[in-house]
Amino acid sequence: MPVTTLAGRPIQVNEEGFLTDPDEWDEDLGTALATAIGITLTEEHWKAIRFLRDDFAEQGETATLRRVSTRGGIPVKQLFVLFPQKPAKKLAYVSGLPKPHGCV
Amino acid sequence: MTTTDTAPAIVPSFDSEEHAGRTLAIICSKGSLDMAYPGLIMANAALGEGIETHLFFTFWGFDMINKKTMGDLKFTMLGNTATHMPQGLGGLPGMTAMATSKLKKSSADLDVPEVPDCLEQIVASGGHLWACRMSADMNHLTEDDLYDEVEAIISASDFIEKTAGAQLLFI
Repeated sequence: MPVTTLAGRPIQVNEEGFLTDPDEWDEDLGTALATAIGITLTEEHWKAIRFLRDDFAEQGETATLRRVSTRGGIPVKQLFVLFPQKPAKKLAYVSGLPKPHGCV
Repeated sequence: MTTTDTAPAIVPSFDSEEHAGRTLAIICSKGSLDMAYPGLIMANAALGEGIETHLFFTFWGFDMINKKTMGDLKFTMLGNTATHMPQGLGGLPGMTAMATSKLKKSSADLDVPEVPDCLEQIVASGGHLWACRMSADMNHLTEDDLYDEVEAIISASDFIEKTAGAQLLFI
């Protein structure tokens, strides 16, 4: 697996750039990952990121957009505003988690 | 002497030009529960990839957006050899209800929403819903009878015009 440098430290990623070890993530890195894909994080972004992290810790898999909206309380429409075009993948990337496997 | 690491960070190319301007048109022509989901799931997936998506509901697919039927689509074993059950069983009373509730349960287990909720998510994700003019006329239905988020009842040729250059799925 490749290693890349972000927020001044080496990070293990897959060939696409997603973190392979969620434990290497912290909020500073989250900010750096967001910047790398052109997103400036607001408190609303953080609400989604924290839900995804907490849910991953409990479930062992990345929540789909559906789950972020029904369980995390952030409407799908808003997720498309916060993480434009590809909200599920961008949110997972910034949160240091794998892409969601679910289809919905 | 210091060395500088100039290797670029590995960052996913979410906004690559490859998909820019890509449009998907999905024609939903079936009204059974098992044939409603493929179009809805593909639409949802396309929208999640930032692809402009239009759904056209026609013939039996009208049941997916008819307020009276959209929440009550059914799945039957009859004529469906993929259930791998003797076809005669499918005709027994109660079998369609049983098959439907089994399919609904396995969808719910996967967190797949019911048809009306799928449509709601598609619209929230920026998808466009269109109803077929001829199907509306045949069934004597107007926009008032249809799911509120359906943008309009349009003719097949209007849909073809609207989705010029789109990739097309017929279900």
